[in-house]
Amino acid sequence: MLGKGIFKKPKNTLEASPFEATAKKPGASGEVCVKCPACRTALFLGDLAANGRICPRCGAYFRMGARERLDSVCDADSFEELFSGVVSGDPLRFPDYENKLAQARARSGEPEAVVCGTARLGGVPMAIFAMEPEFMLGSMGAALGEKVTLLFEQATLNRLPVVGFTVSGGARMQEGILSLMQMAKTSGAVRRHGDAGLLYICVLTDPTTGGVTASFAMQGDITLAEPGALVGFAGPRVIEQTMRQKLPERFQRAEFLLEKGFVDAIVGRREMKQTLSLLLRLHGGEAAV
Amino acid sequence: MSAIESVRAARASGRPTGLDFIRNIFEDFFELHGDRRFGDDRAVVAGVARLDGLPVTVIALEKGHTTKEKLERNFGSAHPEGYRKALRQMKLAEKFRRPVVCFVDTAGAYCGIGAEERGQGQAIAEILMECMGLETPVISVLIGEGGSGGALALAVADEVWMLQNAVYSVISPEGCASILWKDASRTAEAAECLKLTAGDLLALGVVERVLPETGEDFAPLYARLKRDLAETLRSLGATDARALAALRYERFRKFGVVKA
Repeated sequence: MLGKGIFKKPKNTLEASPFEATAKKPGASGEVCVKCPACRTALFLGDLAANGRICPRCGAYFRMGARERLDSVCDADSFEELFSGVVSGDPLRFPDYENKLAQARARSGEPEAVVCGTARLGGVPMAIFAMEPEFMLGSMGAALGEKVTLLFEQATLNRLPVVGFTVSGGARMQEGILSLMQMAKTSGAVRRHGDAGLLYICVLTDPTTGGVTASFAMQGDITLAEPGALVGFAGPRVIEQTMRQKLPERFQRAEFLLEKGFVDAIVGRREMKQTLSLLLRLHGGEAAV
Repeated sequence: MSAIESVRAARASGRPTGLDFIRNIFEDFFELHGDRRFGDDRAVVAGVARLDGLPVTVIALEKGHTTKEKLERNFGSAHPEGYRKALRQMKLAEKFRRPVVCFVDTAGAYCGIGAEERGQGQAIAEILMECMGLETPVISVLIGEGGSGGALALAVADEVWMLQNAVYSVISPEGCASILWKDASRTAEAAECLKLTAGDLLALGVVERVLPETGEDFAPLYARLKRDLAETLRSLGATDARALAALRYERFRKFGVVKA
């Protein structure tokens, strides 16, 4: 059940996120337009990007790419990428997987569904990862697991805190059991980082589900979530099929998780950087000279 | 046997379940209930027992045999409290320096409203993280279905063994066929592609040992399993517990064919 619904167009209204940037089409002026699925306002893509991918009219959040995310929280020119050469192979020779990978790379402009590195945030050095929604919806295969593991290992060695942004449909089923093994592998690396007395802050963004939720997304010392983010183990469609009943409107949204005790705080995009900076400093982070 | 035949054999209703393995391999089994947080998940059976004289902790995912039992056991699909119960027993095993034996047989962790409300993802994430550092020997045996994260939760072990006709996969072949190809009739093909049989998983290094089955008579298998478990747990027990956890880390660290 992990990874269910990665490729299927959502039929369920809960999964059809109002935050997804869809329907790109050139407007009258030739500029690319998107319609906000929440308030139906037509928006220029450039304006949306300049506004942190938040609808200027109604405040709905659109999904954010990994690079945009890193830019939004890291100090200017401080990000240094790590492990960019670690990319997915096709270990099981799964039908059509090479093709899907090529499409994902073209669509996202990234070699893999996570971007890792070191950076400073409010001057404080840290290790950071951000997952990429446009790359097979951040599904976890061996390369993704390897990059996250390497990042935690390096952060442990260099005594750095880790800040992570998750977005994932779950396991990458084309890598079969090897994708499942990444849950254990990454969990081990997070544990060692924690055993060394180091801080891990995980920010859950829309959507975070399946094997990523059941591993490093839920292992932070502090777990933050973006408003309205869908976070769960099973996707809502799978649950509706199992239970044969409609789910409540805000089920599995960040606010629901806060109420049930599974996230520490909901933090808006505009407050994200200052919140992370505060938390890093409260855990002993000092600005590098 | 083809992959889909293994899937069918692993799910066959007459197949022995976790409790059958406990009853036929261990002595003095005493069941310990509850997670001390919410309730007692009957899909997970846990307790203390002796194995060839050695005190051990035993944890099994239990599907049940009759319809009544299956309903009681939620068909072997655990809720978060089941994983928290298992983790509680693992921590006790660590405290009392007992090894842990897990029997895995589940279609997957339960997908439902209650399971989500009580943090299914967090419960699995926690047991995975704890098991990666658990300072006592752990052996997991896949006896039937090994369904995704719900199975892995009890299979972060020093050695993972598998019955000849058991299967272990990130997703069911039905789920894979319907999601990837939108075609449920291609389930057999999906089963092949997922490499979920004991032979495939041995070749991939996901399991250390495949235990041959002898038709419907499981007595020879129980006898062999008892001997093998006792021997391996004694040998793992001779290793320093912290070194053992480090070896377990390396065991999982190696997974992934990646172009560097």
